[in-house]
Amino acid sequence: MKIFVCIKQVPDTETKVKISADGKSLETQNIKWVMNPYDEYAVEEAIKIRDAQPGSQIFVVSLGPKKRTVESLRTALAMGADEAIAIDSAEFLDPLLSAQALSLVIQMAGGFDIILAGKLSIDTNSSSVPQMLAQYLKIPHVSVVSKIQLQDKKLTAERDVEGGTKEVVEISLPCVISANKGLNTPRYASLPGIMKAKKKTIKEIEWASLDLSPASWNLIKLELPAEKPAGQMLSGSAQEQVSALVQKLRNEAKVLS
Amino acid sequence: MNSFLIFLETHSGQLKKSSLELLSWTQAQEGETNCVIFGSPAVDVSVLSAYGVKKCFQFKNTAFDLYQSELYLESLKGLCAEIKPTTVLASASSLTKDLFPMLAVHQNSSLASDVTQIQLQNGKLEVKKPFLAGKVVATLQMARQPQMALVRPNQITWVTGQKNSSPTVLVEKQKPDVKLLAEVKSVIRSSQSKLDLTEASVVVSGGRGLKDAKNFSLLEPLALVLGATLGASRAVVDAGWVPHNMQVGQTGKTVAPALYIAVGISGAIQHLAGMSGSKYIVAINNDPNAPIFQKASYGIVGDLFEILPLLTQEFKKVLEG
Ligand SMILES: Cc1cc2nc3c(=O)[nH]c(=O)nc-3n(C[C@H](O)[C@H](O)[C@H](O)COP(=O)(O)OP(=O)(O)OC[C@H]3O[C@@H](n4cnc5c(N)ncnc54)[C@H](O)[C@@H]3O)c2cc1C
Repeated sequence: MKIFVCIKQVPDTETKVKISADGKSLETQNIKWVMNPYDEYAVEEAIKIRDAQPGSQIFVVSLGPKKRTVESLRTALAMGADEAIAIDSAEFLDPLLSAQALSLVIQMAGGFDIILAGKLSIDTNSSSVPQMLAQYLKIPHVSVVSKIQLQDKKLTAERDVEGGTKEVVEISLPCVISANKGLNTPRYASLPGIMKAKKKTIKEIEWASLDLSPASWNLIKLELPAEKPAGQMLSGSAQEQVSALVQKLRNEAKVLS
Repeated sequence: MNSFLIFLETHSGQLKKSSLELLSWTQAQEGETNCVIFGSPAVDVSVLSAYGVKKCFQFKNTAFDLYQSELYLESLKGLCAEIKPTTVLASASSLTKDLFPMLAVHQNSSLASDVTQIQLQNGKLEVKKPFLAGKVVATLQMARQPQMALVRPNQITWVTGQKNSSPTVLVEKQKPDVKLLAEVKSVIRSSQSKLDLTEASVVVSGGRGLKDAKNFSLLEPLALVLGATLGASRAVVDAGWVPHNMQVGQTGKTVAPALYIAVGISGAIQHLAGMSGSKYIVAINNDPNAPIFQKASYGIVGDLFEILPLLTQEFKKVLEG
């Protein structure tokens, strides 16, 4: 079984961001980069599938400035992936271009059975690339998956939808699966794993070599969200605070009908 | 000329409020608006007429009662080829977030998902979209047509239809023949009948301040009077008090209700990431220095076990009295 995992590197959730003077990019020097949390579930699941299917191999592919993305690729290798490919690209690519680039690189690597990715990357928040990738590769997919079961050439996946409901989907291979929290508990890289990962060569692919069309969206600007007016702390006894709150919600905020 | 195609969704046979929000926006634009709806709910044409909708295409076959992504995709591809919309809009939901990325590939179009604002500039769609869980807002211009966007619920103000145009024509569409490589075989429904967190206009969330799993139920009477959906911080999800689908935050759901009440939640940056877009935020916490108060529109410093019953009582008095 040949398994691909698409991973992205994103700013750590604690990162305080600063917008550069050009208004279109972030100041990167203080950003701590980590593997997108949902991609960790994808890597873990790939390892589980490989270990249950002797002779399988895991390729991790990542998109973004290779200078830094190689770190997350090494993390995935240290967790247990076999090979890594870095596609060198700009920041904030639109999802269509990302998916197209991934599809080309995966096809170049010759053959695939299962492709895993996170359901969402927490930086651009599009939840689109896995579904798009499946269309470019002309194969089926299931998104937002919290459980899978693999039997021969068929896979059963549980997809999480609104209100705690789950859709049980049967899907034929090859296919794309996007991972939700709950799919598994990602392992930490072991020390020998980290040592081994350091020695591996990461294959690099230049963006220009993919010869893709211009972006499907133009980034006009980045801004900080508008500051909310300062909040009010209520005072008095518990009963007084509660009465004041309900009055304010009704008369000032007008959110009670 | 602008030609809008609006993807409508229903909940228990009724058009969702988030669908009406999109129509509230299109009715203020120049151009023609058509709609598409899947499944067999009875469509109230008079509502659509009031928004000036010209045609509503309905894929009515019972095969559409379950969301089969490949079947929905073929149907929408066919419809887009037929009516050639310039702009396609839907509200961001589990279904549309799965379907529209597929459609965007086939239409070779532009898609921005989970946007909070839409605007036309000389016919080009410009959207605002939170990046990094709302720490940054990006303005993006769609470069290809049809331009498509998935808009978060509760962002566009819902107004009633104000157009006095001829009645919407309901057009029934046939199911295309599709071999399903991914097929929904069954659906496991949870007992939860409330609106999903992402769509609710009032959310009451509980955190570790509730001390114990069984105390989480203290939030229920409050949620009931307010018609609210319950949410939670990650701390209590990780502790196993409530399931992950109730988690609000960077690695949970992003919510933007009109009113968000945080009970015993400290306001960690990852939690704020999921709810700071709420219109009004109420925080109840016994630590006056809890970071949640910096985001709160109204703050109550006090013991939640004392405040909760009083607050429930007070809302009851005002709302039911
Ligand atoms: C990568 C990553 C992702 C994360 N994603 C999320 C996420 O999506 N969502 C999320 O919520 N968190 C997330 N977290 C966790 C987050 O950092 C916090 O740990 C979590 O939000 C804390 O939950 P809490 O506010 O319920 O608990 P605490 O921080 O323990 O706060 C409990 C609060 O209750 C108050 N309290 C205690 N007793 C009472 C009382 N009797 N009356 C009133 N108030 C009382 C306390 O003063 C305190 O402020 C993430 C963390 C990481 C590292």
